[in-house]
Amino acid sequence: MVGCISDLSACLIDAGIGPGLAGFLETLVGTLIVTLLPLTLVIILVWIERKYSARVQDRVGPNRVGPFGLLQPAADAVKMITKEDITPAGADRIVYNIAPILSALSVILIWAVIPFSPVHIGVDLSIGVLYFFAVGSVGALAVMLGGWSSNNKYALLGAFRVVAQLISYEVPNILAALMPVMIAGTLSMQGLVHAQAGMWFAISLPLSALLFFISSIAEVGRTPFDLLEAESEIVAGFNIEYSGMKFGLFMAGEFLHVLTIAILTAVIFFGGWLGPGVQEVPALGWLWLAIKSTILYLLALHMRSTLPRVRIDQLMSFNWKFLVPLSLVNIIVVAFLFKLVQELGLTPAADETTNIIANLPQTFILLLGNLAIIGGVLVYLRGLGREQRLANEMAAAVDEDVEHHPHHDEEVAAAAVAD
Amino acid sequence: MNLVNEWGFVGLFMAIGWIFPTLPLVISWFVRPRKKNDIKVSTYECGVETVGDTWVQFKVQYYIYGLIFLVFDVEMVLLFPWALAYSSLDFFAFGAGLLFIFLLADGLYYAWKTDALVWK
Amino acid sequence: MNIEITFETITFAIFGVLTLAGGIGVVTTRNLIHAALYLIVSLFGVAGIFILLAAPFLAAIQVLVYIGAIAILIIFGVMLTRGMTHLPERFNRQGGLAAVVVIGGFVVLLVGVILPVWGPNGAVAAEAQPIFMTTRDLGIALVDKEQFVLPFEVASVLLTAAMVGAIAIARDDESRD
Repeated sequence: MVGCISDLSACLIDAGIGPGLAGFLETLVGTLIVTLLPLTLVIILVWIERKYSARVQDRVGPNRVGPFGLLQPAADAVKMITKEDITPAGADRIVYNIAPILSALSVILIWAVIPFSPVHIGVDLSIGVLYFFAVGSVGALAVMLGGWSSNNKYALLGAFRVVAQLISYEVPNILAALMPVMIAGTLSMQGLVHAQAGMWFAISLPLSALLFFISSIAEVGRTPFDLLEAESEIVAGFNIEYSGMKFGLFMAGEFLHVLTIAILTAVIFFGGWLGPGVQEVPALGWLWLAIKSTILYLLALHMRSTLPRVRIDQLMSFNWKFLVPLSLVNIIVVAFLFKLVQELGLTPAADETTNIIANLPQTFILLLGNLAIIGGVLVYLRGLGREQRLANEMAAAVDEDVEHHPHHDEEVAAAAVAD
Repeated sequence: MNLVNEWGFVGLFMAIGWIFPTLPLVISWFVRPRKKNDIKVSTYECGVETVGDTWVQFKVQYYIYGLIFLVFDVEMVLLFPWALAYSSLDFFAFGAGLLFIFLLADGLYYAWKTDALVWK
Repeated sequence: MNIEITFETITFAIFGVLTLAGGIGVVTTRNLIHAALYLIVSLFGVAGIFILLAAPFLAAIQVLVYIGAIAILIIFGVMLTRGMTHLPERFNRQGGLAAVVVIGGFVVLLVGVILPVWGPNGAVAAEAQPIFMTTRDLGIALVDKEQFVLPFEVASVLLTAAMVGAIAIARDDESRD
């Protein structure tokens, strides 16, 4: 019976079902599980998210419906389903109705390539990484459609902003995922996990992991990048005209997307389902992946409840003038070091890839390169910040027309010399 | 062939995947109240009546970001095969990739210096 | 000539219909945004056909670049052209002529491609060598001195030139306002 968890079709064939039918049944069951799982999870996620941000803000959070308010999301769902659905006058009906479905679908489809354990994955596509970027880019389209079809100025403006944000942050996101692909030499998700058997990419490529996580948060549109619902500026963003369950679908998609990016980060950089005992009991992979992604998920929630929102010009500058150039430098440095490691013969031998000791030299060199970039960036930013501060101080001094301040002049002179 | 199975699964996934988001909408269609009136379906603009057409002209800035993204998108797509094969290539491949990325960065530098990246 | 009805032919039929229906929608609708959406349907159909041709990498690119970037860019472009979303009148009355010319050109192209391969003395339909190129092979070929390293770099130059040109044009436009 336990064997059925790992290999359903073999188990069905044993039970006397034809191989063709067994294969189809296995696929069908797999599809149903993988599509239903995120939708079931989202109900729990809503509760976790509300409770967590409530605790951070010194509130109690939902506590009336069910024990600890656990049934609150269910009550919300019932409420949203029974709400009147208002389609604004002048809306483009078909597109207006497709947009929320497409939005939720673009997140659910990503789950097809998430490896949950050595044997459990929807489908291990040979281009897995590109698949989820491709599917994710459909999400931007859903936002665009929703905003356009509502026939509302705020909605359209919000949609434009969000799409500009989503496509911009897709660049560092994809560039960061390029590094694990380079080291692992595969685009398949299982392949990426197997390549980390010796060492997690988060350790050998911490900068890529950081870039991936930050740009993913922006892709989801969470604080500090939550411009898609900048309440104070554009009321609620692209989904302003949506009500009832259609609004609920947009929200469900967003909640689910946060968990999805946490899982993807765990899979690509933190070893996915790898952990003690996985080789013997493949189902343990679920547990390890759940633990890793929960930690990353809580980190994202913590960012949401503690950070302020950035302005849109800051958002764009941060991406194009900081993240993208940094990603490009990262690629060049890692590519060079990786080749160097290979030329020096420090890569682990083919039969030793799972051995941590054999992986140490390569990891050490790559880590050193990453730390050098991070250090360089920090020094550069410090210089930039000081320049900015001095410029501000100078401006302030001129404005107020204060009397001569010798100490201040010294600082300016020192800065000039340093430059 | 294996390919049919792989992508058949994705096809099945797409076929089944959209049912679950649609289901709540269908249930909602049966149980929700219908009390339409002109005020309710009017465009929401914080209580003020809307003026003019919604489809106003947008800033060219969005288009520029779209263009820069498109260029980067194509470049990244070309970088993926390079990264995939990288471990079995020699230093020449590193040089080729370096030149490629350098040219890419060149365009970004131009956009930066001409203030095309500044949100106005 | 008989066509075997298999899983693949059915899928091909579905994607073919999607592609063509999307294309027809693009040229017949009067709403520019709807035209962009039909274009996406059409592009999706092409992505499906790429998968049937055992080229999943190209299919992913099709979705990532064409649907994820170019379609969005087209929508942005439509929004930039104020009042163009609902065209009241037709500007071009030579639609029929254009259709005939395009169809004629397409037939010539089709015959030119098909005849040498599958025609009576074609380059043998029976013995078409199946070539399996993985994405990795593509990567090796792209940076091989003997093969495509020059086009690879030229592509980068071309893209950079496109970006610089686009920015220059768009900025020029802005300053004239």
